[in-house]
Amino acid sequence: MDSKPRTPKVNRRQFASCAAAAAAGWLLTGCGPRRLKEVSPARLKELLAGMERQYSAKYGKPVTVAGTQAIPGVEFAYALDLSRCIGCRRCVYACVDENNQSRDPQVHWIKVFSMEKSKGVDFTEADPYYQPSEVPEEGHFYVPTACQQCRNPPCTKVCPTGATWTDPDGIVVIDYDWCIGCRYCMAACPYGARHFNWGEPTIPKDQVNPDTHYLGNRPRPKGVVEKCTFCIQRTRAGRYPACVEVCPVGARKFGNLLDPDSEIRYIIEHKRVLVLKQDLNTMPKFFYFYAT
Amino acid sequence: MRTVRLFSQFVRGSIALVVRGNRHYWAWIAFLGVLIVSGAAAYVEQLSGGLIVTAMRDQVSWGFYIGNFTFLVGVAAAAVVLVVPAYIYDWKPIREIVIYGELLAVSAILMCLMFVTVDIGRPDRFWHLVPGVGHLNFPQSLLAWDVLVLNLYFLVNFIVATHILYRAFDGRPYDKRLVVPLVLLSIPMAVGIHTVTAFLYNGLAARPYWNSSILAPQFLASAFCSGPAILLIVLQLLRRFTRFEIQDQAIWKIAELMAYAMFLNLFLHGAEAFKEYYSNTEHLLYTRYWFQGLGEHRTLVPYAWTALTLNVLAFLLFIVPAARRNVFALNVGCLATYAGCYIDKGMGLIIPGLTPDVLGEIYEYTPSMTELRVAAGVFAVGFLVFTLMLKVAVPISLNEFRHDPLAQARKPIH
Repeated sequence: MDSKPRTPKVNRRQFASCAAAAAAGWLLTGCGPRRLKEVSPARLKELLAGMERQYSAKYGKPVTVAGTQAIPGVEFAYALDLSRCIGCRRCVYACVDENNQSRDPQVHWIKVFSMEKSKGVDFTEADPYYQPSEVPEEGHFYVPTACQQCRNPPCTKVCPTGATWTDPDGIVVIDYDWCIGCRYCMAACPYGARHFNWGEPTIPKDQVNPDTHYLGNRPRPKGVVEKCTFCIQRTRAGRYPACVEVCPVGARKFGNLLDPDSEIRYIIEHKRVLVLKQDLNTMPKFFYFYAT
Repeated sequence: MRTVRLFSQFVRGSIALVVRGNRHYWAWIAFLGVLIVSGAAAYVEQLSGGLIVTAMRDQVSWGFYIGNFTFLVGVAAAAVVLVVPAYIYDWKPIREIVIYGELLAVSAILMCLMFVTVDIGRPDRFWHLVPGVGHLNFPQSLLAWDVLVLNLYFLVNFIVATHILYRAFDGRPYDKRLVVPLVLLSIPMAVGIHTVTAFLYNGLAARPYWNSSILAPQFLASAFCSGPAILLIVLQLLRRFTRFEIQDQAIWKIAELMAYAMFLNLFLHGAEAFKEYYSNTEHLLYTRYWFQGLGEHRTLVPYAWTALTLNVLAFLLFIVPAARRNVFALNVGCLATYAGCYIDKGMGLIIPGLTPDVLGEIYEYTPSMTELRVAAGVFAVGFLVFTLMLKVAVPISLNEFRHDPLAQARKPIH
């Protein structure tokens, strides 16, 4: 062994600046903010814990943020029976409550259009603001819309930061912490499904749904885009979306496309099914049908 | 050591130049300053309240900011109208003024980047776009392409313009090995930035008004008239207020090129209008909203016809040689072109593209006071930068602002 005292090759200042640079790099790439799409499971767990602390403090009650991943062998799809819908909008408000949409400014992920039977499905003639004393109105039928969960989604393609993508079970999700709010996806969506938080979203504390999912109904900040996620927090836990549960006439159906015995497969195989704006080749997983 | 001394002399000299000026100069600077302060105050309001202080909503999710952005990309691209005759054909009258086209491009891109910044909901997250630290969705997203080409075009023009000026200040000719490749690159890039910006809209099948392959050529045609329109006015102002000489020939030639570009612009618009009206599909809705209004929704109709009238007027003034050689007619033509293209490409492109919305709802958008103030502020910053650059560039071109080898600064005269 060499007994001579070694001259240090790196002096203290160099060491300090290297360490600082390494720490900054680590912070920016590993530990710092990243797209939720590409964080490691361990890191995601930490991030979810942080979100839970933040939301619990903000709303004064324990809020959970689940990180449930897609179940292998599952591809979700939705079907809506146009012959049954009575236009009561219970789905709209059940969705608002379940998914923590802002009450003021008002955000609605589901929009229901009143259409005239004589004119058929024609959105240019439709009225989303119908307010009769009673529904259904004579001579009218109703077309509820929400995110069509396209297989070929124009919205994810245009996102400049990759803040929105299709998860393996076919749900198009948004990372609210990565979205820069450019609204290109809103211009690209043919279904008006994406909504922007133009102002600071507000939810009364007692109305906050504390069971949330990191890609779904967790509270959103101002300046980012949000949309329907097929109630990812419920459906990945084996439950129906809130709108399916609340529908008083059973017009809303939901299930796993890959399960040959599912109700959704039965509908597609036995009923007259249509999708909106088929010519755009977006291939929605949201089907409309006439059961009767 | 010499480089450092030279550079510090350049900086100090430039500062001395921009802080000296007559009453008109200071009035102009003060005017811009007021607009900048008002714009900054409005932007702070927008940052704290959110974009709800604008008139944009889910139905019309892009508005005045993105309209201005689109128009200004065209202005930036138009520098190529000078670059081609100057560097490719080596035509002397334009060669002498090409630098001003490049400086205009630099200011225009600066305004473009600012308009995008004020439009986004989370400007604090802009770094999410930076490859490496963030994630740039390239090549899928056309917005990612736009981020890249706009920044690159900005750099190319900035380097060329500052290099030429700095070398002139130093009394040396510019470095051909640097300038020639960059200028050659800037020509396809000018076409590129505007094509990419057109494709940004063009690629959206959800919006039939934009989803037309005529959009990119029409963008270029309108850019090649509106950019030079600004430049012609600036050049005449320079001729009036400085000793800088600009040959009439150069101005007339630019006006002639503008006439051809305007013809193409009108022709392409006509072709699009024919297709829409003759085929009369449900996609006609958007064109009808622009030219005729839909029921009681007629906000844009006066703008549509004003823009068309101004563009036709400008074409007639520029295509007749006697008219474009008349100073008055020339300037009327420039203003008409500028206003016509501004309406057409700003509001006329964005708003009918989004109205009615994808599910048929008509939300009539007109920019809010906050939007107008922020936009005026952005324009003021752009014009301020352009003015300050001219203030340094003109004396350099006139050989009045030169590096003094005898070190002790002789005060630059202006």
